[in-house]
Amino acid sequence: MEKKGCYHCGNEITTFNRIVFDEKEFCCNGCKTVYEIFSENDLSCYYDMQQAPGATPEEANGKYDFLDKSEIINKLLEFDEGPTSIVSLYIPHIHCSSCIWILENLNRLNQGVYRVLVNFPEKKATITFNKEKTSLKEIVLLLNKIGYEPYISLKNYDDKPQQVDRSLIYKIGIAFFAFGNVMMLSFPEYFNIDDIWMRQYKDFFRWLILIISLPVFFYSASPYYIAAWKGIRSKNYTIDIPMALGIIVMFIRSAVDIIFDLGPGFFDSMTMLVFFMLLGKLFQQRTYNFLSFERDYKSYFPIAITKLVEGNKEEPIQIYDVVKGDRLLIRNQELLPVDSILISESTFIDYSFVTGEAVPVEKKSGDKLFAGGKQVGDIIEVEVINSVSQSYLTQLWSNDVFQKRVDMKYKTITDTISHFFTPVLLTISILGFIGWSFVSINAAFNVFTAILIVACPCALALTAPFTLGNAIRILGRSSFYLKNVTVVEQMAKVDTIVFDKTGTITTNAKSIIQYEGEELTSEEQSDIRNIIRGSNHPLSRKLYGFLQARIVAKPNTFEEIPGQGLVGTMNNRSYFIGSQELVGIPHDKIINETAVHIKIDGEYKGKFVFANHYRLGVKELFEQLDKKHYKFAILSGDNDGELEALKALLPPSTALVFNQKPEQKLEYVKELQETGANVMMVGDGLNDAGALAQSNVGVSISENVNVFTPASDAILDARKFAYLEKFMDYSKKSVKIIKLSYILALTYNVIGISVCLLNKMSPLVAAIIMPVSTISIISFVTILTNYFAKRILK
Amino acid sequence: MSVIYFLISISVVVAGIFLYLFIKSVKSGQFDDAYTPSVRMLFDDEIKSDVKKSSSKNKTNHLVNENQRENQI
Repeated sequence: MEKKGCYHCGNEITTFNRIVFDEKEFCCNGCKTVYEIFSENDLSCYYDMQQAPGATPEEANGKYDFLDKSEIINKLLEFDEGPTSIVSLYIPHIHCSSCIWILENLNRLNQGVYRVLVNFPEKKATITFNKEKTSLKEIVLLLNKIGYEPYISLKNYDDKPQQVDRSLIYKIGIAFFAFGNVMMLSFPEYFNIDDIWMRQYKDFFRWLILIISLPVFFYSASPYYIAAWKGIRSKNYTIDIPMALGIIVMFIRSAVDIIFDLGPGFFDSMTMLVFFMLLGKLFQQRTYNFLSFERDYKSYFPIAITKLVEGNKEEPIQIYDVVKGDRLLIRNQELLPVDSILISESTFIDYSFVTGEAVPVEKKSGDKLFAGGKQVGDIIEVEVINSVSQSYLTQLWSNDVFQKRVDMKYKTITDTISHFFTPVLLTISILGFIGWSFVSINAAFNVFTAILIVACPCALALTAPFTLGNAIRILGRSSFYLKNVTVVEQMAKVDTIVFDKTGTITTNAKSIIQYEGEELTSEEQSDIRNIIRGSNHPLSRKLYGFLQARIVAKPNTFEEIPGQGLVGTMNNRSYFIGSQELVGIPHDKIINETAVHIKIDGEYKGKFVFANHYRLGVKELFEQLDKKHYKFAILSGDNDGELEALKALLPPSTALVFNQKPEQKLEYVKELQETGANVMMVGDGLNDAGALAQSNVGVSISENVNVFTPASDAILDARKFAYLEKFMDYSKKSVKIIKLSYILALTYNVIGISVCLLNKMSPLVAAIIMPVSTISIISFVTILTNYFAKRILK
Repeated sequence: MSVIYFLISISVVVAGIFLYLFIKSVKSGQFDDAYTPSVRMLFDDEIKSDVKKSSSKNKTNHLVNENQRENQI
């Protein structure tokens, strides 16, 4: 049987969900509806640009009612005057050119929309619309209907649009301008040492160079003075100190040279140096616009919730306005933003994100529900007992231990080097000064300043930014997003890896269910669905959601045999649904396969196979890491029900710890660190947030990197989980590259300083040695990082 | 030869104008999103061509698909 994906979203089509429309196959009604909308409006080009570009639309039913409230709308709108309004919506599904095209043609689906502008890297759509012809709610509902659901969270409500800091670009622009012009104006100086023409014009050239260099010295290079000053105050010999010193000495000596007509000065080298250094800064400043590493509960919470007012009328209310005693309505898959008491009869709450428990917990009327749980089931009614700011989740987040990391500073590899480099450099230059002062005091000053100028560790300081900047770019292409360049260095030092269980080595996503065996008729499917309806077993609930029969009826008889499955009769046929023992077929051991077997009227039909509970490649990953002598631990907020399965899966040295509260996880990591270990924590949920912050490298793993991850140092796309070992390996190689190129950079420095000590340094030599060292270092690290990326990551 | 004062002044001023334009365009946010415009310029008349969609057209579109996907990588 040829497997074909849904024409709209590309999901697999099985006998259970096939819908044929317009000679195309769809996986569900939602996808079909989107296709209908597009083809009716001549927008079916959507499917030509990219195959199966769409997403299955979710049911909105009442989810966006809060967009009727003007105070909430006003907070979301960026611009609002007269009939024209502008709103920026974050749409996680934006991923291809089709998405840009369809969104920018949104005005064909809604006449009130003037214009849509998509920002692809940020996954944002800026929509300009006519308030009188349409409303924000209508637009959001339309987006939702075509599968582009915007993500609106409490964060949107609080956030002011922040100013983008572009000063680095200005500084680079000015430095480049000055560098180019100064170089040009220095050319005569390089070649005509002393002739009549030169004598006539040299003052003009020199003074022009001096003037052009002023903004570079005072504006473009200013970050280095600030950093150096901070370094001196905290007695940290950072690389910025010799750099700032080099720039200042270069400027003063050159200015003196020009003013007193002593020589041409080093302004060409200075401007070039500042330009390259700033370029390095830009290069390591790799930001992922669509990701955030500092998310807090606000981006997890909804912006509003449904409140029941007198007469059971539903009314959307802003989260911050919820007070004790309010009655709230929570729909299926909605998040509980506040601690509350259940009023409805019963429900299931999924706390996997907050506590790490894998299975939704059943709650009965009168039970206390904690904030942060997701409601799974029919609509429920709850009574609020704490406002948002006092609820469990918010409290957990503002807990001090979870915030501690801010002032923790790691010593980078560059800092370590400069710790030796700075004192040695100063000693050499002073010795040079003393030595030459016996000859002539003028020569002594020349030597002293020349050493500081040439030794200015340009190449040294550029090595790490370029290597690591390139490394995070390469890792980002493999869907492993690092917060900044220091994370690469930290990763290379890791020797102990701590994993969370739920959601990290197991998957959170809805299990993919496959059916193997004789095909079931739709009556049989419907019967099975009705029999398992009464069961609360997690597998039953998953299977119930998977089968799509419509008719709801009560089975004639129905019995649940704990640990085995369900036995029931319906429409005069007997059904056995459950384990291999129950249906009476030989027990063959397939590790790590969860299946529900079906027997109808004494005849074995087949089985529903639930996709691997553990992530793909977990076993191999651990084996590889074990070979490299990493230590592991599994910390789980869940009970020890899976102890045996995990033992079979993981290397014997793995420590398995269960029933861990968020604070305990943090303590565990801390204890490991106190024994001298460099810990990497891999987690996914709020319950890991503390441990992620405490660890040396906190990696949060996410099925959908766009939507939500706790604060961390790195975000790993769940599909690349098995690559973790390769990423670790790559980070180690990157640090090795840095060390190699330090040798190269120091060689240049030694040559430069030797020339200076002989008092042979001229502006021309400086203008040659500096770019040669810089460019050779940059090409060296770029080539090597790409070479290793090719070898390791593919 | 004193024309050199004049010429060099002009060259610096011209360069200065470019610097000013660069800073101005950065300030206006022109370089914030470098990707979307590159895709946007590729679609223009798609809606019209939709009417006479035929199977042969689909095939050429597939080729376009491949190209675009490569471009994205």
